[in-house]
Amino acid sequence: MAPAFSALTLFDVVLCVLIIGVALCSSSVRDLFAATVLLIIYGVFVAIAWVRLGAVDVALAEAAIGAGLTGVLLIGAVARLKITESPAAAVSRWQFAAKVIPASLGLLIASGLAYLVLTVEWRETLQAPVLANLPDTGVLNPVTAVLLNYRAYDTLLETSVLFAALIASWCTTHDDLWGERAGLRQHTRRAGILATFGRFLPPIGLIVGIHIFWAGADKWGGAFQAGTIFAAVWILAIMAGVIDAPNATGRSIRSFAVAGPMFFTFVALTGVLAQSFLIIPVMVAKPLTLAIEACLTLSIAATLMLLVLGAPRRSA
Amino acid sequence: MSVIVTATTILLLLIGVAFFLAGSMGLLRFPDVHARLHALTKADNLGLGFITLALLPQAADVWIASKLVMIWLLTMLAAATVSQLIARSALHEEDVKQEPGP
Amino acid sequence: MNGSIPFALCGAVLVGIGLYGVMAHDHLLRRLIAFNVTGSGVFLLFGSLSALSSGGATGAVPQALIITGIVVAVASTAFVLALVVRLKEEDVDAPAPGAFEGSSEHDDHAP
Repeated sequence: MAPAFSALTLFDVVLCVLIIGVALCSSSVRDLFAATVLLIIYGVFVAIAWVRLGAVDVALAEAAIGAGLTGVLLIGAVARLKITESPAAAVSRWQFAAKVIPASLGLLIASGLAYLVLTVEWRETLQAPVLANLPDTGVLNPVTAVLLNYRAYDTLLETSVLFAALIASWCTTHDDLWGERAGLRQHTRRAGILATFGRFLPPIGLIVGIHIFWAGADKWGGAFQAGTIFAAVWILAIMAGVIDAPNATGRSIRSFAVAGPMFFTFVALTGVLAQSFLIIPVMVAKPLTLAIEACLTLSIAATLMLLVLGAPRRSA
Repeated sequence: MSVIVTATTILLLLIGVAFFLAGSMGLLRFPDVHARLHALTKADNLGLGFITLALLPQAADVWIASKLVMIWLLTMLAAATVSQLIARSALHEEDVKQEPGP
Repeated sequence: MNGSIPFALCGAVLVGIGLYGVMAHDHLLRRLIAFNVTGSGVFLLFGSLSALSSGGATGAVPQALIITGIVVAVASTAFVLALVVRLKEEDVDAPAPGAFEGSSEHDDHAP
């Protein structure tokens, strides 16, 4: 029997207090840029919480996507909007009510959820059947098995959502700018420090990404985490002026973005000929899963990169 | 033997934390961007270095130890680059403030 | 494992903080930040309840669902940001009262 209150419990409680504190600061700080930076810090703390909960795959995804990518997206938007101050709040009775009512609702929902946490007992989990059928999936990481085998439906639809978000954000392009390179034009000095950094880091980033992708089959990692790392490397190379930003009308970048969902759908449909929709045969489970994951990683990288660059914009 | 290793780890961790604390104090107290960057980069690089040194004896094998060292080097590279970029953009903003354009 | 109770409670509080922000803030980007806090609060609650019921680490099915959720959240965030930026550009091109939510943004373009 472990002691009721160990040093690790203290660590957990301090971590939770920090997470809540940073979330409150991000919500209340005046400066919009500061709120964004606090959200990134918040994401890193939440990633540590996931490690403490034994969910390393989620921790990787949260650090790369939740903290890194969301932060880059928000900072880019703040820079484009060029608003750093929130509108000064005029104090009136209605303004006060507009804060008090949401605050009481938020408090009500939080205490309701906390009550559920402390009173209801959950017993059943799906962990036993997941582990029992793991040999049939061809991978050793149960999370990868759920993502690409048991619940491949979800992942197929998820990649489609990502693709739909890309098309939707392309739709916000001004008509006269369609066909230009994505995002704002980057100004980088040729031998400057950013250009050097942008040449030095991508090879290392590629190795780390491939490692995370390959390790994802048996240990921690996977297509989404690796794809995000590749996207980050790609964006860095574009920002450093090493390669040009892609053009949304380009054929190769479009096929990158669509390769994963296409191949996944193809596998799903061939399953129909054999037995049923989206079946991965046990015989070829490992190579087929890895092939799907490789295509997905490529598409996730391209899609996330294009989402971060955004639609072509007029330079100011 | 293991007591000495653990004691070394704790001592190095404490030194690292002291550097981080000093750097964070500087970040909060110093008046302008350049002074704050100075405090942050100096203290953080040393602090992270001491924490990496502290964790090395705890690493299970050489691979994990070399990963730790690599993370330290990459963080230093990123910190150095980012602080250069922040300092340059701060200089640019000061120029704009001094001579307001048309 | 009752070690995950602090995280479950933390998730519950985060949902509350995020919902407050979504309702109380004027600025669209601030609402989006609050929306992301709500999302990760839900994930944290979900994952730690799974750890609570299994008595160990978070299960594989909840982990996979949460990773899916994180990716969908970033996709919707990116789309909303594209809309907000475009909305602001429309507002700059043709200032019209009430076209953008933040009330004092029109001061710069007032005729």
